[in-house]
Amino acid sequence: MSNSVLSVRNLRVEFPTRRGTLVAVDDVSFDIAPGEVLGVVGESGAGKSMTGTAVIGLLEPPGRITGGQVWLHGERIDNLPAEKMRRIRGKRIGMVFQDPLTSLNPLYQVGEQLVETIRTHTDASPAEARKRSIALLEAAGIQGASRRIDSYPHEFSGGMRQRVVIALALAAEPELIIADEPTTALDVSIQAQIIQLLKALCRERGAAIMLITHDMGVIAETADRVAVMYAGRIAEIGPVRDVVQRPLHPYTKGLMGSIPTLEMGNARLAQIPGSMPRLTSIPKGCAFNPRCDQGFDRCRSERPDPMPHGASQAACWLANPADTPWARNAGATS
Amino acid sequence: MNVAFDTARPNTGQPADATSRDLVQVRNLSRIFDVSKPWLNRVIEREPRRLLKAVTDVSFDIRKRETIALVGESGSGKSTVAKMVVGLLQPTAGQVRIDGNDMWAGNDLSALRRRIQMIFQDPYASLNPRWRVDSIIADPIKAFGLAKDRAEIEHRVGELLRLVGLDPLDGRKYPHEFSGGQRQRICIARALSSNPEFLVCDEPTSALDVSVQAQILNLMRDLQEQFGLTYLFISHNLAVVRHMANRIGVMYLGRIVELAPTSELFAAPRHPYTRMLLDAVPDLAMSGRPRKMVEGEIPNPIDPPPGCAFHPRCPFAIDRCKSEVPQSRATSADSYVACHVAA
Repeated sequence: MSNSVLSVRNLRVEFPTRRGTLVAVDDVSFDIAPGEVLGVVGESGAGKSMTGTAVIGLLEPPGRITGGQVWLHGERIDNLPAEKMRRIRGKRIGMVFQDPLTSLNPLYQVGEQLVETIRTHTDASPAEARKRSIALLEAAGIQGASRRIDSYPHEFSGGMRQRVVIALALAAEPELIIADEPTTALDVSIQAQIIQLLKALCRERGAAIMLITHDMGVIAETADRVAVMYAGRIAEIGPVRDVVQRPLHPYTKGLMGSIPTLEMGNARLAQIPGSMPRLTSIPKGCAFNPRCDQGFDRCRSERPDPMPHGASQAACWLANPADTPWARNAGATS
Repeated sequence: MNVAFDTARPNTGQPADATSRDLVQVRNLSRIFDVSKPWLNRVIEREPRRLLKAVTDVSFDIRKRETIALVGESGSGKSTVAKMVVGLLQPTAGQVRIDGNDMWAGNDLSALRRRIQMIFQDPYASLNPRWRVDSIIADPIKAFGLAKDRAEIEHRVGELLRLVGLDPLDGRKYPHEFSGGQRQRICIARALSSNPEFLVCDEPTSALDVSVQAQILNLMRDLQEQFGLTYLFISHNLAVVRHMANRIGVMYLGRIVELAPTSELFAAPRHPYTRMLLDAVPDLAMSGRPRKMVEGEIPNPIDPPPGCAFHPRCPFAIDRCKSEVPQSRATSADSYVACHVAA
């Protein structure tokens, strides 16, 4: 934990509403090592984006962190005052969102936005900052960067805008990039380019990535480890190859089986009955138990915590036949 | 069927005697959109008219009970083709024939319209939020006069809801009470309510989560088997298309660059763009399938490159590609490709 870029411990995010408190993120723990890409995957409402926004301290009120800790390089950041947190965002944690147009101000040339970001976080002179901006745009694969730097966001295509946003996220050389659905709005041929770019740039600069997406294909291509979220909790977390090829949790198994792939031809897709519960009605015990075909009594009464299994952890009573006290303790402290 | 029409079938990718099996015939379909500024601006700024060729010279046939898919990236014209095929958009040139009846020849279309229905991408936007679900589903039944009285309508609506995996009691609810997947089921029930033969599905699962997508795709296949439906399936997702379609047409900048049976297209893609799309599909099985990095982006359709529209991104382009638009030519009885270089 000490050498992780990001350590999240037992994070809990709540939304007080008139009809009671909704728990959007519940007891989520994970680490990201330097240079590592952690994929966070799940369906809409699973809490994956909420986890990302909680980490960077951008939860929309009335949502708030009600439990757990977030550590950035050994420094606790979840309880920092807003002003200090604002200085960490952009400088130490960069962000890439789904829609590049919401991250860029349409009234300013992209160069101005890059220069402003660089000058906010470093003491570069305007000329230096501009030079750095051009270099960043070039690194992000924008041809003729010295010319395009004076263009407005609307003059770029969607893929090019996302490149600008990536350049912007990397402008202050952050230690961690949080990328929330960075390729969802893009065409397939552009998606692959953007993912390769993000990964290459972070590897060069030693930045870690938290990649939030619903697209398992993107995760399989990019991530080193993956966390599968369901109803606000981590169902399974582990090395991407293990999770994709030998999933432990019945939800992960169902999820993997329901994705059409080129290799499977036109065989019938596996299908999980029902849909994810709303936050207002998360079932007792394991949140997945009403949809699970292997559930038994314990699943309906007692909620499983992530338990170690090989290099992975799965929050499932079935995934851990050796359910001994020491095994559970090891899971809690690793 | 007149003779002139039959001879005008240059690139349908089918043997000539296949017409009787075809439910839909699309011939040399084109659509141009006028995206010019208003007249006064054009006069003052001395700008010419600007025309966007959304679809150019698209021809294909759809056989009864088959699923044909059109894939392509945004701006490739696949949705425009879908709208012209269902009759929501008038073609600039070319014909759409359903069972031999020309869609735009000015005949009475209501009988034809009953047989064609459409499912849209966004199940949030395609259901009227102020209508109860049973009225939404009953609307086509009433519009086409398919039921004698209210009791029959009610019975039919309940039956349709059960068919798509919902409860007949759900009919009393409003669309906002349902999740995205359930709404898409409602859209399918509405599409089926007029007993159509032919469904045009424009990205029916793109807005859904993968586990819900699997449910909807399985449902669509079951319904196809049960009612002998014919699908035109529009998607940008090659894996989904592989799962659903018998034949696939790949579109690029308004043209079909390759059309082939699914297994053939995936085993031996001919057009360089098809290969590029296949390479761009994420390798979920982590099989280590070799991939080539895709270069460049789709050009602006208002100002497309001369010759083959794909040549600036094509690794195999020769001089001829820069000047001459490749015509589609049959590569087997059931497939065609529009490329100067492809074998």
